[in-house]
Amino acid sequence: MSKLIRMDHTGHSTLAEWSADDPVAVEAAVDAFRAELDRGYLAMVSSGPGRAEQVRELPVDADLVILRLPISGG
Amino acid sequence: MAAHGQAQPLAAPDVLPEAAAVHWRPRVDEARLRRAGSLWTLATLAHVVPFTLAAIGLMALQPLALPVALACIAHAWVIPELYAQRGANVLRPRRRGAEESERRSVGLLGDLVGHEARELHARTGLVLEPGRLGTWLVGEAGAVLVPARGRRAHCYCVKVDGRMAEASELPSGDRIAHLLLALRSDEQGFATVANLTFSGACWRLRRRLRREMRPALADAVAASR
Repeated sequence: MSKLIRMDHTGHSTLAEWSADDPVAVEAAVDAFRAELDRGYLAMVSSGPGRAEQVRELPVDADLVILRLPISGG
Repeated sequence: MAAHGQAQPLAAPDVLPEAAAVHWRPRVDEARLRRAGSLWTLATLAHVVPFTLAAIGLMALQPLALPVALACIAHAWVIPELYAQRGANVLRPRRRGAEESERRSVGLLGDLVGHEARELHARTGLVLEPGRLGTWLVGEAGAVLVPARGRRAHCYCVKVDGRMAEASELPSGDRIAHLLLALRSDEQGFATVANLTFSGACWRLRRRLRREMRPALADAVAASR
């Protein structure tokens, strides 16, 4: 089961869970994903040890997609 | 539909999108890091040498000027210490949130790092992350980069962008995870977006760090050698 989570004030919230072979769940996850990107979140997936990659479309095959806020110099 | 296929990286997958907000900054690389380090050393010398020479000169001319000479020596010592303190401040922990959200955020962070990094975070509140530019120590509002040879530390102030309301409410683990994910996606972009607050000898930074954080710096230095 893949997960879309958003880092927020609760620690993190699970926005969607899906299996690649469940089109209804995938569609719901895609909608949730796009809604968060529209709010300004950035989506990240791990791409190996110590590597992460930003994605603009929901990678259905990923186990975990994490939504983060932008960063800036302090 | 693209969303139903493989992971779709951005057109320029190695570039942190936040770097666009600081487009005037040259992208940080090893040469720029070395140059920044040299400039910081020169700036430190520009503070220390004149005050020290003034103290020696005063004593040579008039031993009764000892109090003024001591004040000069104090300036030569205090100014670099203040810079080092500014660097250490990037790792200072922020105010803690609710216990449950803290626990959940640390759990997620733990999923992103290995066992050793998890254990180090539990002891020091910092995450050690190897990179191409050196070894990073990631905190809640900044990161320290220890390049190869482990002599110098570059301290960067960088945090979750406060323009979104949610940013101020993030628990500690999430603050670190934000920085860690950005760092992992584009290390050079991360160093470009971040503000360099101090670059100097690791021993100088170590003295200004909280006691419980010092082992993390020692680990970063060891990993860089």
